[in-house]
Amino acid sequence: MTAQTVLRVQINGHPVEVPAPAERILLDLLREDLNLTGTKRGCDLGTCGCCTVLIDGRPTLSCLTLAAMADGRAVTTVEGVSAGPTLHPVQKAFVEHGATQCGFCTPGFVMTAVALLREHPHASREQVMDAISGNLCRCTGYTKIIEAILAARPGSSH
Amino acid sequence: MEAAPPPEHRLLGGSIPYVEGPLKVAGRAEYTDDLKRPGMLVGKLLRAPWPHAKLLRIDVSKARAMPGVYSVLTGDRYPIPFGVLPITKDETAIAVDRARYIGDIIAAVAAQDELTAERALAAIDVQVEQLPEYTDPRMGRTRVEAPIHEKGLNHSNIQKEVVQHFGDVDEAFRTAAATVRVRASFAGVTHAFTEPQCTIAEATPDGRLTIWSSTQVPHYLHRSLSEVLGLPMHRIRVIKPEVGGGFGGKSDPLPHEIACAALALETGRPVKILFDRDDVFYTNHGRHPTFNDVRIAADADGHLLGYDIEAVIEGGAWSSFGTVTTYYNGVMAMGPYRLPNFRYKGQRVFTNRPPSGAMRAHGGTNIRYSVEVGLDELAEQLKIDPFDLRVRNALPPNSTTINEFRITSTSFLKCLSAVRARSGWADKWGRLPYGQGVGLGCGFYISGSNSPIHFTPKMPQCTVHLKADMDGGITVHCMQADIGQGSNTLLAAIVAEVVGVALDRVHVSAVDSDITPVDIGSYSSRVTFMMGNAARRAAEGLRDRLLDATHQLTGYPRDALQVRFERYEVDHRPDVGVSYMDALHQAMQGTGALQSTGSYTSPPVGGTFKGARAGTAPAYSFAAYVAQVAVDAETGVYAVEKVWAAFDCGRPLNRLAVEGQIHGSIHMGLGQLMGESMDYRGPRLMNPSLLDYKILMPHQMPEVECLLVGDDDPEGPFGAKEAGEGPLVATLPAVANALYDAVGVRFYDLPITPDRVLKGIDRRQADGRAWKGH
Repeated sequence: MTAQTVLRVQINGHPVEVPAPAERILLDLLREDLNLTGTKRGCDLGTCGCCTVLIDGRPTLSCLTLAAMADGRAVTTVEGVSAGPTLHPVQKAFVEHGATQCGFCTPGFVMTAVALLREHPHASREQVMDAISGNLCRCTGYTKIIEAILAARPGSSH
Repeated sequence: MEAAPPPEHRLLGGSIPYVEGPLKVAGRAEYTDDLKRPGMLVGKLLRAPWPHAKLLRIDVSKARAMPGVYSVLTGDRYPIPFGVLPITKDETAIAVDRARYIGDIIAAVAAQDELTAERALAAIDVQVEQLPEYTDPRMGRTRVEAPIHEKGLNHSNIQKEVVQHFGDVDEAFRTAAATVRVRASFAGVTHAFTEPQCTIAEATPDGRLTIWSSTQVPHYLHRSLSEVLGLPMHRIRVIKPEVGGGFGGKSDPLPHEIACAALALETGRPVKILFDRDDVFYTNHGRHPTFNDVRIAADADGHLLGYDIEAVIEGGAWSSFGTVTTYYNGVMAMGPYRLPNFRYKGQRVFTNRPPSGAMRAHGGTNIRYSVEVGLDELAEQLKIDPFDLRVRNALPPNSTTINEFRITSTSFLKCLSAVRARSGWADKWGRLPYGQGVGLGCGFYISGSNSPIHFTPKMPQCTVHLKADMDGGITVHCMQADIGQGSNTLLAAIVAEVVGVALDRVHVSAVDSDITPVDIGSYSSRVTFMMGNAARRAAEGLRDRLLDATHQLTGYPRDALQVRFERYEVDHRPDVGVSYMDALHQAMQGTGALQSTGSYTSPPVGGTFKGARAGTAPAYSFAAYVAQVAVDAETGVYAVEKVWAAFDCGRPLNRLAVEGQIHGSIHMGLGQLMGESMDYRGPRLMNPSLLDYKILMPHQMPEVECLLVGDDDPEGPFGAKEAGEGPLVATLPAVANALYDAVGVRFYDLPITPDRVLKGIDRRQADGRAWKGH
């Protein structure tokens, strides 16, 4: 067993100090050590996108990321997207447009979409499709997910 | 009080966002792996690396002695076989005596953490004698040296053989003006839901066992646990947390669920088994790899005279739903056309590969492909437009098929005319430039299997309990499993609609066997029709008591009262009425919380011959799809640009959900057509990951236009029928027929990958055939 180090990470805006062995994977740190179970484990291989979180605002597959790589950085999970009980416009649009069915891929899509619209508030359909190409959904055929993200753009009518 | 909307269908028929949607988008919906129990251990499974082997000796002594290991189980501890069908119980929690495929479970470990559990697995020593391996279902139909299961027909690997003959097929073919024959092969495909299976089991000192599991059918799990573990059902509690997709893959009781419970009993500690993604692939229970041979006979006007069908389907290592699948591969050819003669021979054959089972549009997808491609060829031969051919043969409403399916509502003709018009068929079919084409595919599917698998005479197929208490909330207790299809939302909306209350008053509390009445879960597209009816009846019972209370408060006769929004009023006297809350509190006097029960039992339908129950349903959905494709003839790469999906689900009660089911079905159907394949080298699955088993990406999805044209079904709740599986079947042949229109090549092997397209074009050109056949 390798030695533990203490990681200092901003999790959803809160500074957190958490001891972790060097090989700790970020997804495990979030789900197992910090009980942030909103981030989903779909494959552990970086193939499905269910575990997508933001590190310093960039969508990142937490199952392929060592927790140590988040040291000193800001991690946002799906739990940090909404302000208390108020849903983020992307989350609201996902509900209203039927972009979530079984919901297991949804946190990953939400994180990808939040990052996209932060960088490109007026993203085109093509940009939306490109952005979500790292996320798999087996329920929706993506159609309503794309509609929801487009509707969540500032100025779009829901 | 806001202005009263019309009392009927205020919610139903519109678009109702999922009631649990806010939890899902916020990451607060709880799936099994999100749950932890105090003192919980990690369960891990040792999987066989051999395709077929006698287990001579399993030495677990080293593993058991390792610190942090709490239990090591082998198959001899709980050897009682189970299975989803009572007639073919041939699975065990852990392999007994024999491993039957690469991935078969041969030991289970519970340990303090994952690493310890994996080290314990590595310390198990297994001595085996390898047996001959069988990987081609066509070769397993005669006597074999070592049948995979003892009950194989005549020492073969045939698990089930079905022979059916209605009418006189030989005579039909003798008198036919035109015949076609389609011989097709279909690679196996799998559900590829995003949530890997997960189970937690906990045995407590009061003699009870609680299990949380990602299952579509909690009741069959409940039964199997009881049978294998020897515990009475009332001492087992089954809870279904949120489930991350199923599509049939979580409808069998699965060995790891029983093994997890066994580990919990052995250790006295909660145990969690979470699948890795390759575990999901090895567990499979996906669509059967299939070979079918379909002959179709018609008269000179294109009236169908008969089908003669043979199918060999690959079962893999277990029976699962296979007996049903074997029937379905024949009888799911029965609609949506009138057919006077029908013959079918189907064989399901065991192989040393992961088990096949039920997958969305179970048993109907592959046979539908061959029939619909055959009809396209027939239309060409007879020089009839494919639409006209189908119109001439459409099953009429209120008819009976030759195998005695009862057809009540069908809007198939409306589907055909709607999709013909919307797709611009007349200007496109046979008229687009080389490389572009349109095609038609049609289908039908059961709206709930009429025969529950575990049938207890005189017990209803589903039951819903409602509870309304003084806070004004209504709780719906039921055991259907919402796996993303929106059934909780639908049931809540039905109750809200009937009782006349706001949707947020209704909460569905589904699937905790201590609380919810027994139901046989979410498969065979049964929930909307069957539990929808049960919920409606339960809600009507509650509404009647509220109207009785209104009568007591107003003095107006009961039949002069009507349901308004959150209020019960006197006809033509909107000033005289009682609020929902006042009526509720009046009704509760002397009784406390109101309870109401509704149930559903399907009508007696179908014939009396052997196998007559297979495919019977209280109603059927119908579909007619047109697909438009664009093929790059240089590379064979093609895009499905648009699908016009005309679907008869009766009255669509939640348009958002129905559209979502159609989109998702098209995604899954196109995946099977365009590229998904369980790739085997002999017995070994070569692509057990979502990187190598490719489901469609956003750029591969066509634009989809949903045309919901169904008329009300007379027995469905508010006129509704299923929309969960039927939307898949028409997808595949529509695209295949469009490819023919585009490049003049028929495709008989799925998936239709670009290299197969290119080879087909090369072959056509080598044969000197023109690309336009019509």
